Amino acid sequence: MATETHAPVSSCVDSHGGAIGMPQLCPDWMGNQIFWLVVTLVVIFFILSKIALPRIASVLAERQGTITNDIAAAEELKQKAVEAEEAYNKALADARAEAGRIIAEAKAEMQAEVDAEIAKADAEIAAKSAESEKAISEIRAGALEAVKDVAKDTAKEIVAAMGGKADARSITAAINERMKG
Amino acid sequence: MATETHSTEAAAEGSSLVFHPMDQFIVKPLFGDGPVGMFTITNVTLWMALSVVAILLLLVVGTSRRAIVPSRSQSIAELAYGFVYKMVEDVAGKDGLRYFPYIMTLFMFILMANMLGLIPMAFTTTSHIAVTAVMAVAVFLSVTIIGFWKNGFGFLSLFWISSAPLVLRPILAIIEIISYFVRPVSHSIRLAGNMMAGHAVIKVFAAFAALLAISPFAILAITAIYALELLVAFIQAYVFAILTCVYLKDALHPHH
Repeated sequence: MATETHAPVSSCVDSHGGAIGMPQLCPDWMGNQIFWLVVTLVVIFFILSKIALPRIASVLAERQGTITNDIAAAEELKQKAVEAEEAYNKALADARAEAGRIIAEAKAEMQAEVDAEIAKADAEIAAKSAESEKAISEIRAGALEAVKDVAKDTAKEIVAAMGGKADARSITAAINERMKG
Repeated sequence: MATETHSTEAAAEGSSLVFHPMDQFIVKPLFGDGPVGMFTITNVTLWMALSVVAILLLLVVGTSRRAIVPSRSQSIAELAYGFVYKMVEDVAGKDGLRYFPYIMTLFMFILMANMLGLIPMAFTTTSHIAVTAVMAVAVFLSVTIIGFWKNGFGFLSLFWISSAPLVLRPILAIIEIISYFVRPVSHSIRLAGNMMAGHAVIKVFAAFAALLAISPFAILAITAIYALELLVAFIQAYVFAILTCVYLKDALHPHH
């Protein structure tokens, strides 16, 4: 480092090796600096443009491609999941509709049976009540005749017991008259 | 850095304060004491070669596995790539992407040279006007040639601001032309100046550290400025690259 030369090395360095003025402005060194700078820049340029930059560009492009592919795959899987959910929901809705249909059918069947039974029972009841009505009216007619006969006989007997003599025709007329009222 | 010489000199002078903040920028041959010729292998050569090695390690060795899930070094390499690529695309537009490798070269070289320059005892190649001026002039000439090649004389409409009132346009054109030719100057001095100033300030505080009374403060200041310089090292590389993109945009689309 330290030079022991005490003769001025150049116009820019004093005898002690110290700088005279600003070393930046020393014209003696500029050729050297410019030459080595140009060499350096050319070397760096070739390193960058031949090796480094294409490599980094390809790595970045590859990564971008990988990311894009992964995102596309994820998108596809998501689509599939949505489709599966839709299918599931559809199956569920179908099953519900089927169940509803079966229930409605069963209800209708049962209703029809019940209706038929009710109609049958109604008819039976109607027949029975008509029969009963007939029997009652017969009984009633029979009873009326019996009452008439009894009343005739009784009236004849009563009239006879009173000492009167009543003919059958007038008694019957009288009784008919009474029973009407 | 010739520190031994200085310490003996300082001892001889009987002074405890030694300011040689510019000695770190001296270019010297790596082998022998001869004069610095054009092809001499110097500390410039060494530190530029180290920046090439650093770029090689980060962008080539670091990405050699080409992993889909990147390792740390590959992440950093991809980050640097994406950072510059997006910058070129956003600022210069899609058709500026043709020039992406050139801008990436400039950005990576400046970034690595700045960062390596922050290693103690290192030589900062980007602190020299000669280095930054070559890059800035190269950018200036390239974008000017690209501008004329892509747009013909339509490139001159860059200086004729059609959105301004007609009276103002000639004045603005003069200002625009001056600012256009000042570009390489500001472009190169900004970088070299930032690098030189930061390193010189660190060196000055390092000299103060020799005084016992203020050495804790000086060391603290060195630490703080070092942190700032790390930021500056990145920001200056970024600024250089983004200005290159802006100039490229002007060349590709000169119409305001």
